[in-house]
Amino acid sequence: MKNSIFVLWLIVAALLTFVAARLIDNAYFYFAGYVVLQYIALATAWNILGGYTGYVNFGIPAFIALGAYSTVVLHKLTSLPLIVMMLVGGIVSGLVGVGTGYLTLRLRGTFFSIATLAMAVVMQTLVTNWAFVGGSRGAYIIRPATVQYLGIDYIQYLFLMMLGLCVLTVGVARAIEKSRLGYGFATIRDDELAAEASGVPTLRLKLIATGLSGGFMGMAGAPLPYYVTYLDPASAFSLSYAVNTIAMPLIGGTSSWLGPILGAILLGTLQQVATVTISSALSLLIVGVMLVVFVVAAPKGIIGWFWK
Amino acid sequence: MSAAPGITPPILQISGLGKRFGGFVALADIELEVGRGERLGLIGPNGSGKSTLVNCLCGTLRNESGSVRFEGKVLDGAPAHQRTRAGLARTFQLPRPFGTLTLAENLRIPILYAVQSRDGRAAADIDRRCVALLETVGLADKAARLPKDLTQIEMRKLELARAMAAEPRLLIADEAMAGLSHGEVDDILALLVRLNEEQGITIILIEHIMRAVLSFSQRLVVLVAGRKIADGDPRDVVRQDDVVAAYLGS
Repeated sequence: MKNSIFVLWLIVAALLTFVAARLIDNAYFYFAGYVVLQYIALATAWNILGGYTGYVNFGIPAFIALGAYSTVVLHKLTSLPLIVMMLVGGIVSGLVGVGTGYLTLRLRGTFFSIATLAMAVVMQTLVTNWAFVGGSRGAYIIRPATVQYLGIDYIQYLFLMMLGLCVLTVGVARAIEKSRLGYGFATIRDDELAAEASGVPTLRLKLIATGLSGGFMGMAGAPLPYYVTYLDPASAFSLSYAVNTIAMPLIGGTSSWLGPILGAILLGTLQQVATVTISSALSLLIVGVMLVVFVVAAPKGIIGWFWK
Repeated sequence: MSAAPGITPPILQISGLGKRFGGFVALADIELEVGRGERLGLIGPNGSGKSTLVNCLCGTLRNESGSVRFEGKVLDGAPAHQRTRAGLARTFQLPRPFGTLTLAENLRIPILYAVQSRDGRAAADIDRRCVALLETVGLADKAARLPKDLTQIEMRKLELARAMAAEPRLLIADEAMAGLSHGEVDDILALLVRLNEEQGITIILIEHIMRAVLSFSQRLVVLVAGRKIADGDPRDVVRQDDVVAAYLGS
């Protein structure tokens, strides 16, 4: 299927989702759905680096928080529309992604992962000590009740924005997959020495991957202050973002754009249901159990059952 | 004797090349010229620096001293992918296929990244070219398979095909025949000679199998302990006293 047609289908699917949400007409659905959509975007973004090039990034919370705190700064200084804030958040964390990539991509395997984890800790320390964005006390964001020009509640607007971001990230991820870039990413995952010997500029490709991956994570994090209305470093840099975002592609399958979506829908929905019916403390346990089950029963994820 | 005297300049010029790992001198003051279209054999005992030399030529390792010129251009400091794009391809001693890509896709990579970058435009008929290359090495029926399904010899053929896919003007075959049977060695030799004679590709063959080296090479270079100790007609070189001593002991 051509990329343009695929994106059209994505838009149709996104619109149907929104229509379905309107029909259900329950505010909680948007709150829960937003989280699942956020994880679709995050998992897809993570997979561009982690699944396609094989570099496992643990610094996810840093990229989300960069996007979120960009919004906090913009909210305090300007009254820009959310979509612009998402773009700014994406650019900021994309640039940080490229920067971190440049410093750490000569490290392989576990060493790269540890470096990204360290980067998240450094970022959290910086934000915690930055009084302008609230420091350790956190920042309050007053969410408008409605969006005038669309005539919908603000939570519906956030839901819609996240749907749009999902279309963008999934569209980009799929376009990369069977492109020249995607083949280059795959050679990096398989064997970097052989990739270089075949003419693949591995460092440049890895920087593209870290930039795209970090940028999309930042965009996914940018609306967060409006969603939670109170943002503090401990929750913005929460480790559960990292655990979930890595677990979802692994459960769904890392080799295709569909894997992160399946993983995010399955895990995200389970967590939301568990939060309402049992306890929110259960969500990490669910991730743990699912990961163990999938590592043992389906090491290539859900899509591994259908594709070889 | 230096190759290709006269009008055509050498395709590869190595001068004063040196490489050390800590206190260990892996290569010292290597001088070598390779003529365009030449078939050069490179031999030496284990640990004599053959693979280090290949790695320095191809940019996998950085040489500390001396310089490498390829078609007149200085390569020093250029990363490996730029050298491949310039027309210098290699095979690895132990095959390093892209494990998650099919055989056809494995060959697609150098076409997409080396040939296309060199030509500056999208390559046409990539699928057909991949199949044609696989046919050349006798792997066409496995185009859609993954490298893990291949035997050792097939893996080496794939390695060779991938180097050929980059359309090099100089091909360095680093022990492409180690561990193969008599007949298999002849297959690969015939393939290399054909590449050299039909397409004019310059080939440096690194090999332990003397029968293969002698039948292939027009000129033979011997490395011992990181130094070049002989360079000339294969028949003469293998009779040289210090070469015999290096292999058999004095």
